[in-house]
Amino acid sequence: MTTLQRKEVNPIAHLSPEDIEQIGRELDAIRDEVLAVRGEKDAKYIRRVIAIQRRLEVGSRAVLLFSVFPPAWILGTIGLSISKILENMEIGHNILHGQYDFMRDPKIHSTTWEWDFAAPAEQWKHSHNELHHKYTNVIGRDNDLGYGIMRVDEQQKWAPAHLGQPLYNFINACLFEYGIAAYDLELGRNLSSKRRRNNPDFRARLRQVGRKIRNQMLKDYVAHPALSVPVGLAFGNPFGAFFGTLAANVVANVVRNLWSHSVIMCGHFPNGVETFERTSITGETRGEWYLRQMLGSANISGSKLMHIMTGNLSHQIEHHCFPDLPASRYAEIAPKVRALFEKYELKYVTGPFVVQVASAWSKVFRLAFPNRKPARPIDHAVPPRHPAEVSV
Amino acid sequence: MTLRPPRSSLGHVAVTQKVRDGAWRVVELITTPVVPADYLDVIAPLRNPTVLRARIDAVRPETAKAVTLVLRPGRGWQPHRPGQYVRLGVDVDGVRLWRAYSVSSAAGRADGRFTVTVNAVENGVVSSYLLKNARKGMLVHLDLPDGEFLLPEQRPAKALFVTAGSGITPVMGMLRSALHELSDVVVVHSARTAEDVVFGAELRDLAAQGRIRLIERHTLADGRLKPDGLADLVPDLFERETWACGPGQLLDDLEEHWADAGVADRLHIERFRTVVLVAGDGGTVTFEKSGLVVDAPGGTSILEAGEAAGQLMKSGCRMGICYKCVLPMREGIVRDLRDGTITTASEVDGDKPLIQTCISAAAGPCRIDA
Repeated sequence: MTTLQRKEVNPIAHLSPEDIEQIGRELDAIRDEVLAVRGEKDAKYIRRVIAIQRRLEVGSRAVLLFSVFPPAWILGTIGLSISKILENMEIGHNILHGQYDFMRDPKIHSTTWEWDFAAPAEQWKHSHNELHHKYTNVIGRDNDLGYGIMRVDEQQKWAPAHLGQPLYNFINACLFEYGIAAYDLELGRNLSSKRRRNNPDFRARLRQVGRKIRNQMLKDYVAHPALSVPVGLAFGNPFGAFFGTLAANVVANVVRNLWSHSVIMCGHFPNGVETFERTSITGETRGEWYLRQMLGSANISGSKLMHIMTGNLSHQIEHHCFPDLPASRYAEIAPKVRALFEKYELKYVTGPFVVQVASAWSKVFRLAFPNRKPARPIDHAVPPRHPAEVSV
Repeated sequence: MTLRPPRSSLGHVAVTQKVRDGAWRVVELITTPVVPADYLDVIAPLRNPTVLRARIDAVRPETAKAVTLVLRPGRGWQPHRPGQYVRLGVDVDGVRLWRAYSVSSAAGRADGRFTVTVNAVENGVVSSYLLKNARKGMLVHLDLPDGEFLLPEQRPAKALFVTAGSGITPVMGMLRSALHELSDVVVVHSARTAEDVVFGAELRDLAAQGRIRLIERHTLADGRLKPDGLADLVPDLFERETWACGPGQLLDDLEEHWADAGVADRLHIERFRTVVLVAGDGGTVTFEKSGLVVDAPGGTSILEAGEAAGQLMKSGCRMGICYKCVLPMREGIVRDLRDGTITTASEVDGDKPLIQTCISAAAGPCRIDA
């Protein structure tokens, strides 16, 4: 049975096992509704987004050939940043989830897609689809919780090293694509002993990451800067052209890193999101799995453009319940999912981007320090109370 | 075809080749992690050298239930030989489905185009989609032409074609390509009514000119053609080199008849789709590479059934969300254990959909490419 990381209040204390299975059936029904209409519209949508992204990328890179001119540099850098965000979020993340596998198009398929990101798709799919989406917010199983470097829950033991976690989090945000590559490699764990370091499987994956990063860097920081040199020569500033384009690529990658890191932080870190005990998921039913996804995720409210730029991870709750449905359908089903939360008196965590980012960051800062009250050992004899019973 | 520089010396050629390869690697680096063709696809989908596509240049209705598509193939196409078929990948409601269609146009057209003629099959998803939705300008995916239903280089002195329904399409391709090289041709064609005869006007025209002897049989009025009846219509049938294409029952009858007469080698047949897959409960799952055969019940995933029988299988989340366990299904029918969705694959169409083995149960015999 799914049990929450025990706190003084338990938001699911009022649900009977039968209620939980009923929630599962109702979510299955929502899924079936989408499956019934999934088809040409979704195929057209993803092809259109890909076409727009490729045109935007080629256009921005063409403008950056003239990077010696400041207006061209600004325009090209903005375009390239947007293009990289689209490529990673609305396109790459969602295709790699198998959301468009139903199309049977070998060009747009989770088994063949590769993305403009340091982490090779294959390794990311393992740590993300297979581990994070299955063990969402289970402490000790879901490494996305704090990425193994941060304390993200009061119940986790504090150590002096946690004082630095706001800094680690900021560095991780700037270098997010490399952070994810290291995370997929479970670098910390695999470098810890000689036996692990020499494991042939780990070494093969390490080489795969090395090749990917080398190609990515050669592309962004050598090939494209070199392409702007002829224009630079014509205007007597070849070095300015090379380093201008190089800087544009660095900025675009960092912008994309900061943006995706922020969006992903909003998914599971804001206040109100629950975590779960490691032992609690043995023999978990489908209804319980759904419930864990519902309570372990948080949405971002905003415009259609906001949803597209986050790859619809702004609908993190819907995404975690239905990771393989086309993401552009999440907005459509969100009202039904939210109604289900209300029906069963559960908290649908959502808020504007700035509020959610601030909430996630405040948690990072708060938990950098030891708990104010010493964490009371949980008395398992006392049943947890529903939030309504707790006076504020 | 690429132009090669004059071979003044072999070293010169090698250097040019090396420079070209190097330049290509740089282009690939510029577009990594995707390939240059992926960008080209956005503007010129027919120029892709690795993904064969065709554009529909014209759509001509033949009968109420048949339509001819004039196709302009893209880069990488190789001309067909008369009688061959080509597999078309058509996006039906967003899902790419592959079907084989005989080429109905003459070989070697100067404009490089070719035609296929699509006949509506009962409950046929792709044929009915094309009949209703095929439009000029639409893109379809292609495979290279294939098939052994061919006229020999040494043209036969006397030829007989026995066809029924859509079976006329490969024969029409042959007649349009090679009729001028054939002196004595009999065509026996069965269709429900006179209006249902695909290419009816053209065939009757050829008959009127005396270039073929055409025997039309309208099964609604005259009943189905039997081999005995055929012998009455064409007394010298065993002296003729014969090509037959049509429903399975007709072809079975003809094969038996020709074998009984000891002239089986004079009969050439082309079978269209033979099996109609109907969803049942459980089935025999064959893992083709390992040779393992498992009886999988309808409530057990193919992953579990395979593992229980000792097949080595990849798996991840085991609940249908991570797509690590997918395997190509060469032929068969499976049911999604979560929502009942049915997925089918047919060898004839060469469509090998990837199925999620952890949430798919056999709904009939399945052959898995693993």
